[in-house]
Amino acid sequence: MAERPIVSIAHLSKSYRRGGEDVPVLRDITLDIARGEFIALMGPSGSGKSTLLNLIAGIDKPDAGTLLVDGDDITRLSEAELADWRAAHVGFVFQFYNLMPVLDAFENVELPLMLTALSRRERRARVETALALVGLSDRMEHNPNELSGGQQQRVAIARAIIADPTIIVADEPTGDLDRKSAEDVLALLRRLNGEMGKTIIMVSHDPHAVESAERVMHLEKGELVPDVVPAQAKTPGGFPSARE
Amino acid sequence: MHYLKLVLKNLFRHRLRSALTVTGLVVAILAFGLLQTVVQAWYAGADMASASRLITRNATSLVFPLPIYYRERIKAIDGVKAVAVSNWFGGIYKDQSYGNFFPQFAVDDEVWFDLFPEFRTRPEELLAWKKDQQGAMVGRQLADEHGFKVGDTIPIKGTIFPGVWEFHVDGIFEPRDDATITRQMYFHWDYLNEQMKKLFPKRAEYAGLFVVQIADPGRAAEISQAIDKEFRNSLAETLTETEKAFQLGFVAQTETIVMAVRVVSFVVILIIFAVVANTMAMTARERLSEYATLKALGFDPAFVAALILGESVALTTLGGILGIALTFPVAAAFKSLLSAVFPVFNVAPQTVALQALAALGVGLAAGLLPSIRAARVRIVEGLRYIG
Repeated sequence: MAERPIVSIAHLSKSYRRGGEDVPVLRDITLDIARGEFIALMGPSGSGKSTLLNLIAGIDKPDAGTLLVDGDDITRLSEAELADWRAAHVGFVFQFYNLMPVLDAFENVELPLMLTALSRRERRARVETALALVGLSDRMEHNPNELSGGQQQRVAIARAIIADPTIIVADEPTGDLDRKSAEDVLALLRRLNGEMGKTIIMVSHDPHAVESAERVMHLEKGELVPDVVPAQAKTPGGFPSARE
Repeated sequence: MHYLKLVLKNLFRHRLRSALTVTGLVVAILAFGLLQTVVQAWYAGADMASASRLITRNATSLVFPLPIYYRERIKAIDGVKAVAVSNWFGGIYKDQSYGNFFPQFAVDDEVWFDLFPEFRTRPEELLAWKKDQQGAMVGRQLADEHGFKVGDTIPIKGTIFPGVWEFHVDGIFEPRDDATITRQMYFHWDYLNEQMKKLFPKRAEYAGLFVVQIADPGRAAEISQAIDKEFRNSLAETLTETEKAFQLGFVAQTETIVMAVRVVSFVVILIIFAVVANTMAMTARERLSEYATLKALGFDPAFVAALILGESVALTTLGGILGIALTFPVAAAFKSLLSAVFPVFNVAPQTVALQALAALGVGLAAGLLPSIRAARVRIVEGLRYIG
């Protein structure tokens, strides 16, 4: 029996109201993402890829359709329930890192753990492990403005994994980085996926970045178009396409 | 805890902006405290009044005197313990400048200081004064201001009572507490009366007013009525009231000014509220993306709202503490410069409480709207916001 997908999307639609009119952003999206998969969403600006990512991450709500993450239909959750759900299930990596400028690297990574019942000692151990994983053990007491863009993004990745989330959503994680830093960040994401089995859903414009993914989904005008699997995909053809 | 750390570190993120806002708060809380103290100083005379003292004066006006023989008739009324005469002298010391102005009263030497236990005298000085016809008792504040010492002679040019009068300083009386005014001089009514007999006989044997001591303050209204009844249909009818009511009568003449000062003190708070609200609105707007990030990470809207409210209250608390701390030395300087106007100018505990309340209220009110806005911001919109 096939393993249940970690993300299961069926007939998802979303529109925004602009100038008194409903502008559709996503139309009838149906998609499954397997546990441990690294999937990239590509598409031109306004194609709806970030909106789809936001819906999967539970920071926006669809107009119609169902969205199951690890069996939970998050479209039915209230705002307060969604906040708790995000804290437990989603790790965020943003294009501009979105670190708290007044907190140092350690404190930024520790932030999601403040919502848990972990003791100070347990939190410290986990933060030190996460920062070691991203190679920033020696930068724990540095504030974001004392770190390079690549280092900041690695702190953000450490923050994203610290609470051991079900999925990691990354919105243009290399969009603000130079090539070398971008490659480091992508290597880190590949490692999280390959070695730790983390499910990663990434939005990117960068063709080089999406090569890290196992599967690439294209969105155009709010609709999924037949997916493309990169040449170096680890399991070619091993994942289901967008469902009909 | 990250909450406190975030609040405190955010507080000094824009140092110049925070410093300017805190400076504004310090000035506003200080001004508020001083203006409130001015209002209280205005009522200092009334606050000093005793419930066991009544004032009997001419019913027509305070400027008309009463015959001195009223004293014995008042003394005979049931419930009256003692009666003392008092005349406003209104003389000029050195010149007519405000700094050299101080009140002088001609009073009954036998009972005056018994009626006013808030003035502490030394027995030997009091005795010396009673024996010296030209003697005077000078209040501590007045003595300190002009450097008067026992043995000095104070020349005063009479205005209501013509001539140059010389008084010997026989004693200096001390205040019982901070609320007691000691910026005045008392001399013998008998001395004034004797001079009047010689110079203007028709003006002799008159009192400006009588201070009446009663045994039971609960009978003040009844005794007041009895005194006024005693002199009804006479040539000089009396009006008797409590000392507090008498003092408040003076304050009432300047009620509009007091009201204006009071209003201005609250306008100052309103202005600083607008300044702090503007600061907090700018601050919250700039950080929308951070608040959205916190919400995305799972922090609830109440946490985000508390961050802004906490920062606003911390800002106003800092300004409030500095403003309150500065109020005391500034009030002391104010007192030394304007002692002729405000002999008692003390920052009352209730003024400090009002200052603290104003700072806290401004902090909460100024942070309220920005915190609601930040708490309600949609995460996707907040994340897009570039502050």
